Amino acid sequence: MTTSDRLEIGVIFAATLMVFLLGVAILGFGREAGYVVHGWLIAIVAGWGLMNLINRLNDKQPDIPHEYADTVIKWGVWATFIWGVIGFTIGDILAWQLAIPSWNGDMSWSNFGRIRPMHTTAVIFGFGGNALMATSFYVVQRTSRARLASEVSPWFVFFGYNLFVLLAVTGYPMGITQSKEYAEPEWYADLVLTFAWVGYLWIYMRTLANRAEPHIYVANWYYMGFIVVIAMLHVVNNLAMPISIAYPKSYSLFSGVQDAMTQWWYGHNAVGFLLTAGFLGMMYYFLPKAVNRPIYSYRLSIIGFWGITFLYLWAGSHHLHYTALPDWVQYLGMTMSVILLVPSWGSVFNGILTINGAWDKVRTDPAVRFMMVAILFYGLATFEGSFLAIRPVNTLSHYTDWTVGHVHAGALGWVAFITFGAMYKMVPWIWKREGTYSLRLEAWHFWLALSGTLIYVGAMWNSGITQALMWQTYDADGNFVYAFIDTVDAMRPYYFARAIGGLLYLIGACLGAYNIYMTVNGPRMAPASDANRPILQPGE
Amino acid sequence: MSTAHQRLERNGIGFALMILFVASLGGLFEIAPLFTIENTVEEVDGMRPYTPLENAGRDIYVREGCYACHSQMIRTLRSDVDRYGHYSLAAESMYDHPHQWGSKRTGPDLSRVGAKYSDTWHVAHLANPRESVEGSVMPGYSFLLENRLDTQQLSGALTALRRVGVPYSDDQINHAARDALRQADPLADYEDDLRESYGDNVQVRDFDGQPDRLTEMDAVVAYLQMLGTLVDFDSFDAEANNR
Repeated sequence: MTTSDRLEIGVIFAATLMVFLLGVAILGFGREAGYVVHGWLIAIVAGWGLMNLINRLNDKQPDIPHEYADTVIKWGVWATFIWGVIGFTIGDILAWQLAIPSWNGDMSWSNFGRIRPMHTTAVIFGFGGNALMATSFYVVQRTSRARLASEVSPWFVFFGYNLFVLLAVTGYPMGITQSKEYAEPEWYADLVLTFAWVGYLWIYMRTLANRAEPHIYVANWYYMGFIVVIAMLHVVNNLAMPISIAYPKSYSLFSGVQDAMTQWWYGHNAVGFLLTAGFLGMMYYFLPKAVNRPIYSYRLSIIGFWGITFLYLWAGSHHLHYTALPDWVQYLGMTMSVILLVPSWGSVFNGILTINGAWDKVRTDPAVRFMMVAILFYGLATFEGSFLAIRPVNTLSHYTDWTVGHVHAGALGWVAFITFGAMYKMVPWIWKREGTYSLRLEAWHFWLALSGTLIYVGAMWNSGITQALMWQTYDADGNFVYAFIDTVDAMRPYYFARAIGGLLYLIGACLGAYNIYMTVNGPRMAPASDANRPILQPGE
Repeated sequence: MSTAHQRLERNGIGFALMILFVASLGGLFEIAPLFTIENTVEEVDGMRPYTPLENAGRDIYVREGCYACHSQMIRTLRSDVDRYGHYSLAAESMYDHPHQWGSKRTGPDLSRVGAKYSDTWHVAHLANPRESVEGSVMPGYSFLLENRLDTQQLSGALTALRRVGVPYSDDQINHAARDALRQADPLADYEDDLRESYGDNVQVRDFDGQPDRLTEMDAVVAYLQMLGTLVDFDSFDAEANNR
């Protein structure tokens, strides 16, 4: 073990120890049952990590194999599918609760308001975040031709991150939330994520530093953008003052208009850098590999990347049109949101044109079909996003299901489709299988997911526009034609349609998880003999 | 461009720092000025920090995720103003840590719901929404009537709020639990004391219909009945506060 390795283990040990002490303090001083349970959870996970680290320090000659570090990626794949199925299931339960309100159960932990963030967190951070971590570890090694630069850091990141997701998702039904959308976890969970995230940045940059390629490949730009910007957003938006160590509750450092602007700067860029930049990184590696064609345009990659990195951060104020936010911020946000369409569609064209010369694969390979349709949905959602950011359009869409439909066109159609496409490719590669267990199941998954998405998004377009128009309908005397409850009644058929669309999507995801499981449990690929082993190509 | 970028592509740390620089511009130019430009938040009469009982109700509003379906932000649109009342001012959420503006109206906006319905209506509606409003999709919150309000952490809550800028006095912090009880006192024996401490627009009565118990329902209804009632719009000059 070299000195720098020992130093690194020392730093990780100190970080894990701090998380452990946080857990002990919470379980010792905490006065609410759920909070104390979280203290135990933190202490147990961190304590188990500490013991593993001590074991490792005693190990005189750790055996580092001369190959890529793929074990942590395999764990990431499982975490992706487990959180995905959990997140989609809760999402569909929520959809049914709106269609049939008695399904709330009227118990504190089962009501819509408390479990809605379980859905968003499990999907965005559990499913999306784990998919990004797993694929980023895969991509950074292959495009750098270097093994992950540390044996321990990736595990610290993986378990720290998933501990955060678990704390968040189990906290909401017990009423532990700070109510900032997509940043609901309380201060102690945020601290856990901060530790994990610094580790993630560290391992990513160190692996890049070890690269055998002179240039950093474009997929890594996006993954870096994702890691760096999420770090900035997370820290600023979650600044808060806890009541004391005895309670999970805290109060945001900012209030009112400043808090709203900070929140939507965060919220819009969680979309921009977790759900967009990260997954563009995924696209820039797995799409060219899957169709065996180079990226169409290097120049378009540069324009797309820096355009997104610059513009997205200005766009958050379009969530606050016609509110008490000063007008100049609203107009600035609207302008930047419209310009944002240029780099967004630059990425769309770059992706679609990369498939040129291999369009037959869209027909024969469901994974490529997933990726191709993902790019189309990305194009649709980014066009819609710029459109909805225009103030007069926003008068119609804001506060309605149109926003919900928009975000699901992006999340179901783009984020999850590109993830499924990449996973169907990466899983056979890292487990060294000939291919997936069943192409037929892959195709079933594709069509279920596509029909589910279309039903969902179509229903939300209809319900959103219908409700907004009803809210704004006056009679000849200047009185409202519809009471608020009339507009709720009008939503019922769409709520049912949405719940059914979500169910189709969930069934598809379960088929996908089963397919992945069977692939992993299937036969290994015959080992290549030295004679016919291909020579490693740059970019592999 | 290409050659400069090719140099950047060879430098990992440089690339990451460039991302951080480019990405921080939006926040620096859009958010930072909101803290320094003085007319971002208007000067209004009547706005005051929430009483301990109202704040406890607000914490429950946050805990139950009410913001997922109810906004507290009336936009400057005719259809918003006609339905919900005067458009929301930045000043009206100046003590909201964090804000509850919301992003979705599955149910109606609540910024000015205060004093629109009776306490009895709120309690019945919260406990069983569809008995009050046929066709409502809201979950029921009858458990609020059962849960006693935990007043132990109220002083701590007010202290934390003072640390982030809400002007609570030592007296208000020290007597937070007592003041919460007094605000829900059915006889309103201490109404004058409370008004002296918090202002004339404090509502003092038993909110949940259970005069002998201080429940979470008391807190939630006290909070709802306060919403939108604080600012004195007769003395508000819209022209002077045009931004």
